[in-house]
Amino acid sequence: MIRLVGLSKTFTSSQGTVEALKNINITIEDGDIFGIIGMSGAGKSTLIRCINMLERPTEGTVYIDDIDLSRLNRRELRKVRGKVAMVFQNFNLLMQKTALQNVCFPLDIANVKPEAAEAKARELLKLVGLEDKENAYPAQLSGGQQQRVAIARALATDPKVLLCDEPTSALDPNTTNSILDLIRDINEKLHITVIVITHQMSVVESICKNVAILDNGEVAEQGAVGEVFAQPKSRAARALVYPESSQESAISVEGQKLIRVVFNGAETAREPMIATMASKEGILANIAFASTRTINDRVYGSMLLGIEEKQVERAKKYLTGSRGITVQEVSEND
Amino acid sequence: MTEPTALQEAWEIVKTQFPLAIWETVYVTVLATLFAVIIGLPLGVLLVIGDKGGIKPLPGWLMKIINVIINLLRSVPFLIIIIVVFPLTRLIMGTAVGTAASIVPLTVAAFPFIARLVESSLREVDPNVIEMAQSAGADSWQIITKVMIPESVPSLVANITIALTTILGYTATSGAIGGGGLGKIAITYGYYRYKYLIMIFAVVLLIVLVQIIQTTGTHLASALDHRLKK
Repeated sequence: MIRLVGLSKTFTSSQGTVEALKNINITIEDGDIFGIIGMSGAGKSTLIRCINMLERPTEGTVYIDDIDLSRLNRRELRKVRGKVAMVFQNFNLLMQKTALQNVCFPLDIANVKPEAAEAKARELLKLVGLEDKENAYPAQLSGGQQQRVAIARALATDPKVLLCDEPTSALDPNTTNSILDLIRDINEKLHITVIVITHQMSVVESICKNVAILDNGEVAEQGAVGEVFAQPKSRAARALVYPESSQESAISVEGQKLIRVVFNGAETAREPMIATMASKEGILANIAFASTRTINDRVYGSMLLGIEEKQVERAKKYLTGSRGITVQEVSEND
Repeated sequence: MTEPTALQEAWEIVKTQFPLAIWETVYVTVLATLFAVIIGLPLGVLLVIGDKGGIKPLPGWLMKIINVIINLLRSVPFLIIIIVVFPLTRLIMGTAVGTAASIVPLTVAAFPFIARLVESSLREVDPNVIEMAQSAGADSWQIITKVMIPESVPSLVANITIALTTILGYTATSGAIGGGGLGKIAITYGYYRYKYLIMIFAVVLLIVLVQIIQTTGTHLASALDHRLKK
């Protein structure tokens, strides 16, 4: 179990101080795939670097299996880092070393005998599907293959936790999916807890079980992915879950108010909800935006409806009555 | 009919003196570079790791002193260095003059230059890769020996090639204190005795040597660079 307790990080420079992280409290259970999502500048990278103490937090601490990392000396910390491996956005491979030598690197650091290290590295290259590339240099590999080598390298020391810092941000969509599948496989087969930092909703949707939304150095919201994404409560969460919100001002019509309707699960999709509302209640809705997404094999949909101001309250009442639907009024500064 | 005699005379000198001179130039250059690398490489590493954002930051005042000393040594003309290090040369070599003795001032003049070259090579290493090594639990010594230096080998080779050619140029000046080699021949025959033909010949040979070193170094650097392999 990983616990971040009251974690704060303040950077001091000649230009003044920046509070990168403010009182972060997150608990991550063993075996979880935990997503930390936020816009750029939200403090994601700093947060993941605090988990293995590449950045020392200014306040608060990190517990991994009840070991307080902030109390460890440098030597003890280096040992812990063997158990908390990291995967990076730009792979960070040694460019002058072969794939095999790259995977051997953490073992070499840990003074494992070369023969034993190579045997282990070959096994891992096979796991990531690159057994035929052991003598290739990173420059000879594609981005996806390079990230596979980096993942194999991260697994070399049998870590308990895998920290992934934007692991797919430098990859194309197809490669992204294959790398995410690999990460999910590793989580399931090797029972490694995975923490993924990302700015891509799709990454969290496709592999994460739990998520924390980071906004301006603070956790805006956290919980199971399905719940957070179906009913985002904070402004930051809504901005991420409904990126179309930023276009709302452009499509809002004089005299109309926008409400957001989120439906949860497939059963609601069978009813002609908007048509029924028009024929039974006489409320005419202007559909400004609609989409569906699948999270953990469940369907979630959202719509932005433009409705006459006088009818808004009635519409909200009507829609809230249906099963699996939540309704929110969208305010100007949302 | 002075032309043929001058040519014959020059050829005679070339035949008798040049083989030794070439050998002297080469071994002085190579040894001076070697010693300068032995001192300059750790110093260059120190300049990078001791920096504010480095892996082992040293106190700012200490870094400032090291930097000032290096800049100072680099700005003193070579001829002055030769004279200033006379006592040191005598201490190490037993004498302050002669071909072997010229290795000492050459080393003193070259190591700050090498330190700067090593510094610039090591700074090319991607800081993200160093962070990767830290995240894998590497200590500072491992980061230097297993990441920073191996990753910058092609750049180090290219830079040491530059150092070799520069030091080769310095060996010509060390002729002033009795250091041997092609530079000395160019000065004694060309400048003191007006035998321009011999001077030209010596200079051409120096150019050829520089060409050979530079071409070999460049090829070696790119052959060693696995980033270029496709």
